[in-house]
Amino acid sequence: MKSLKAQLHPISEPSFGLDLLEKSFPIDSNSSFKQKLTEIRLFPLQSTSIDILQINLGKMCNQVCKHCHVDAGPDRKEIMVRETMEYCLDVIKTHSIKTIDLTGGAPEMNPDFRWFVESIRAINPLATIIVRCNLTIILANPKYNDLPDFFEENRVEVVSSLPYFTAMKTDSQRGDGVFDKSIRALQLLNKQGYGVPGSGLILNLVYNPSGAFLPGSQEGLEIEFKKKLKEKFQIQFNSLFAITNIPISRFLEYLIRSDNYESYMEKLIENFNPAAAQGVMCRTTISVGWDGYLYDCDFNQMLELKVDSKDSQHISEFNYENLSQREIVVKNHCFGCTAGSGSSCGGTTA
Amino acid sequence: MKTYYNPDDLKKFGSITNLQKSMGDKFFSYYGEVFKEGALTAREKSLIALAVAHAIQCPYCIDAYTTDTMEKGCDEEQMMEAVHVAAAIRGGASLVHSTQMINKIKEISM
Repeated sequence: MKSLKAQLHPISEPSFGLDLLEKSFPIDSNSSFKQKLTEIRLFPLQSTSIDILQINLGKMCNQVCKHCHVDAGPDRKEIMVRETMEYCLDVIKTHSIKTIDLTGGAPEMNPDFRWFVESIRAINPLATIIVRCNLTIILANPKYNDLPDFFEENRVEVVSSLPYFTAMKTDSQRGDGVFDKSIRALQLLNKQGYGVPGSGLILNLVYNPSGAFLPGSQEGLEIEFKKKLKEKFQIQFNSLFAITNIPISRFLEYLIRSDNYESYMEKLIENFNPAAAQGVMCRTTISVGWDGYLYDCDFNQMLELKVDSKDSQHISEFNYENLSQREIVVKNHCFGCTAGSGSSCGGTTA
Repeated sequence: MKTYYNPDDLKKFGSITNLQKSMGDKFFSYYGEVFKEGALTAREKSLIALAVAHAIQCPYCIDAYTTDTMEKGCDEEQMMEAVHVAAAIRGGASLVHSTQMINKIKEISM
């Protein structure tokens, strides 16, 4: 499967999705995200701090998942260069940011990935370094087989997507054969100590619905995943993060193609939760694009909505004070993070 | 085209209180209480509801509890097994009545 961009699909243009979300039923001026925030006196939404620097190392990936908001895949060539990583390291050196969250694409496919992780660890021995690993990359090529060793050496936390504990649902979202490879990779990570109680090596899984519905209770899903993965495959992990699919990019294309767009948006709006809005991740995060530009979150990054901080839109001009007091750029796709129990890269927020 | 069942009518379910508020409110309060986590998990209750929805052949309930069971992390195999439970009870209910037929056969036969 090709990326939307390679297909020259109109949804690969951020303006297409933004226009649709701003103008189309069921959203009008009375039910817009801004209006909802205004009603609960949260507009404009303000940043409260910068606890997380989420860095997208590129859109290249060995998988082509049907819901991917990055539209990542083997045909995407955009990757972060070492010069941009050095700007990130300057920021990490100068400011005490608690969590460095590396994402992609498959971040491990960036040729400077290992150098970058080692450099972050050398600068800040105490920071939480997260790698969003798609699991199959560990088996994709012999040069990646030692990633579990590398992760352990650098005390990296691994966060991996596994939409379900059966092949049918996982493969329908992430591609044929992905489930079996993911299980083998999880077993290798467990062998390394990841996800094993007492090891100190953290392995968290991400659940997101394989279709046009919202995730149920994160707690209930975690219990079910732990039970089934242990029974069937002797796999252990620490926590399950339930994440809502955001209506942009490939998931938006699926919603439109399957005639689920209106009902899905209605569901997000109906389930707007003020507590989840208070706790949205963007208030404590800066997202860095592969080219160094700064965004409020990975979704705004894909929609090319840069931070509203005129003097500090690129990592090379990072101004902590201004960025930590910025107004978050919100649009109607933000309903995805405020529905039900809320959604963030670390799971529910309310 | 007019039909007896319209999927959009499910969204109007809450408005039944407009004609009889106190009974409607009591029903929805009871409904909410029933589906909370209890001695049975919310997931187990949702699968029971899906099976019952098929037994009573309510299209609104089938739509609602197909979505709800999927949201609660059930897969297609589990959902289909729940429907088979409903089918087995419905089929069994017919078949078990054949004992009455057999009794009557015996009663009126030489």
